[in-house]
Amino acid sequence: MHMPSKYFMVSLLLTAFLSPLYASAQTPEQRGLEISQESDRRGNGFDDFRAEMEMILKNRRGDESRRYIRVMGLEVEGDGDKGLSIFDEPADVKGTAMLTYSHKVETDDQWLYLPALKRVKRIASRNKSGPYMGSEFAYEDLGSQEVEKYTYKYLRDEVFQGMDCFVVERYPVDKYSGYTRQVTWIDKAEYRTQRTDFYDRKNGLLKTLTFIGYKKYLENHWRPDEMFMENHQTGKTTRIVWKDYRFRTGLKDSDFQVNDLKRAR
Amino acid sequence: MFISRAFVVNVVVVMTMFFCAAAVEANSKLSYLQVGVFSNKAAAKNILQQLESSGFNAEQRTIDMIGRPAVVVLVGPFERTSQALYNQKRLRDIGWPATIKRFQALPKPKPPTFRATTSGSLTAELRAFVDDPLYAEQHDTTASLAIQPEFHVSWNDRKSSLTFVPFVRVGDEDDERNHADVRELMWINAMDDWELRLGVGKVFWGVTESLHLVDVINQVDLVESPDGEEKLGQPMLNLSRFSDWGTWDLFVLPLFRERTFAGVNGRLRAPLVVDTELDALYESDDKDKHIDWAIRWSHYIGDWDIGLSHFSGTSREPEFNEENIVLNSRGQLVILPQYNLIDQTGLTLQALLGDWAWKLEATSTKEKDQRYTQAVAGFEYTHVGVFDSSIDLGLLLEYLYDERDELAPGPFEDDVMLGLRWVFNDMQSSEILMGAISDLDGGAISSSVEASRRLGQSWKLALEYRGTSSLESTDPAYILRNDDYFQLELGYYF
Repeated sequence: MHMPSKYFMVSLLLTAFLSPLYASAQTPEQRGLEISQESDRRGNGFDDFRAEMEMILKNRRGDESRRYIRVMGLEVEGDGDKGLSIFDEPADVKGTAMLTYSHKVETDDQWLYLPALKRVKRIASRNKSGPYMGSEFAYEDLGSQEVEKYTYKYLRDEVFQGMDCFVVERYPVDKYSGYTRQVTWIDKAEYRTQRTDFYDRKNGLLKTLTFIGYKKYLENHWRPDEMFMENHQTGKTTRIVWKDYRFRTGLKDSDFQVNDLKRAR
Repeated sequence: MFISRAFVVNVVVVMTMFFCAAAVEANSKLSYLQVGVFSNKAAAKNILQQLESSGFNAEQRTIDMIGRPAVVVLVGPFERTSQALYNQKRLRDIGWPATIKRFQALPKPKPPTFRATTSGSLTAELRAFVDDPLYAEQHDTTASLAIQPEFHVSWNDRKSSLTFVPFVRVGDEDDERNHADVRELMWINAMDDWELRLGVGKVFWGVTESLHLVDVINQVDLVESPDGEEKLGQPMLNLSRFSDWGTWDLFVLPLFRERTFAGVNGRLRAPLVVDTELDALYESDDKDKHIDWAIRWSHYIGDWDIGLSHFSGTSREPEFNEENIVLNSRGQLVILPQYNLIDQTGLTLQALLGDWAWKLEATSTKEKDQRYTQAVAGFEYTHVGVFDSSIDLGLLLEYLYDERDELAPGPFEDDVMLGLRWVFNDMQSSEILMGAISDLDGGAISSSVEASRRLGQSWKLALEYRGTSSLESTDPAYILRNDDYFQLELGYYF
């Protein structure tokens, strides 16, 4: 009576354990990580870039506010990227500059230069979940998307806007992230993120980010012309329009020093 | 003789090798994909455009082909052969067979880096005082207009620049407040790890919020704001050196700027007007031509920021003595400020530990035969996203100390500052900062509220309140007992 039951349990457990391995030789977690690594690998190798960014903020009533920001980025071997943003508009914050050293796992280092005071202020990057310039983009949405910042799970294949996509769920590693999870649609052809759904700390759908008009730069670097973020809970939207993308412009580590913030305009 | 000849031969050989290597280096070619050779320029241009619209990095070159010019259309260059092969396949896929050839890479034309911008602000200000003035010449309200344009040119990829920021205020009831200043007129030249600044400018070293003890470079423009945060432009030569061991700054400050003070018609003043038209009194025989200097080392290590500075020269903080009360040209009794020579060593420390920012500013000053210590220490705790909103709430607590105690010229010698900062993170960048400084001995409290909000794209509205309460007649702030005020500012930014 007892023996067969025990035997049955063991065989059931074994089958449960082995069956996914037989089915795809891969867990959904491994598959998700693999897709994200491939996406990251294809995005790397641009060395440095410069671009201009226009942000168009809209609230539910349709009131509009615009920001113009010049952005520079530098790839760092074995670590997160370095970024420098210089604000041109609104005019009252003109000349404000932000320097970020992102890291793979540790919290990023961040400095803000306030031109009216001539003050370089080190800021706690822990408020990464906070809005960037009052927009619907949080700091963490715009930061360097390192593979190590999330854990992954492949969900399914799905057609999104006519493209065959992998749907991969990812979970932020940093406990100060404003999200429990993000669901991303990555096209199979070029491994570009086409859409991201953000779920808030209560696991409610918060925002949807759509990438529009991917263009190829250099040999094989895809960048979207627009990024559209919609907040489902407040009805506010932010559209980022990228302009004048330039890669391998010869930026060096010395262009991303804290001391340079005072000269950044 | 023999050794020296061998040495010369060696040098010649080494140099020849060096030049040969350099020649090879300069002659290095890179892989290109040659799509075609055309005698018809228009045909080449057409294909070039098609390639570019397909996302390829294409270029054309004119070569000599059996005595006649021909146009070669190339895709590339590629630093690695694998990249060339990958793109050869991509070209073939869209119907462009191409051969890999090595060509001399052309130097990339550098984008022009000259940049000229004009910006600035025009601000209308209204100040209303709560209590009646103490002196007959003063007013209840005052309105004025301030303009601060900024002209900036930079070149050499932002490494060189020239900035000019004049400031003018007009329309105030107090003629001393209607003043003009060169806030900045600075030529900056950056070279590798060095930076040279020459001209007039402002320098900020502080980390705390209530008071900035270490900032000794600039004089306070006191008529602008009683909080001492507005500064006059300081003529300077500033040489900076950046290294892995931190930043070194050397300052030579050839001209002294006198502090501005409210005139007869101005509020926020003592019974005796401080005269700034007559010559001020100086400890140094060189008066305002004394050459001051300062040096600072600053560095950040992990979450810590540290700065050590030393200043030697004329103190920005004046001393007032009864023997300096004189009659001015209009026959009024006025007091003259006296500026002493000081040696001041300053320390700033900041640690960002999660939501907590710990801050310290301390100075040790030698003035005349006295040495004294001042310090501000405290923290700012930020609660990100209160009540599940995007509002950040900051709590500030700082302790202000002056070794001179009741003899200190300023009001802060054993005080506590408590502050609240609301950052709304909204489209209009709304912010509110509330603060109260309380004297632990006397019980005097000075408080302030600063709120601001952007209107539309180019306007900003700011509201400010400053006031004092429970002042005793021995308190240095007693002179301000009737000068609580509200201020409304509407600024246009361009």
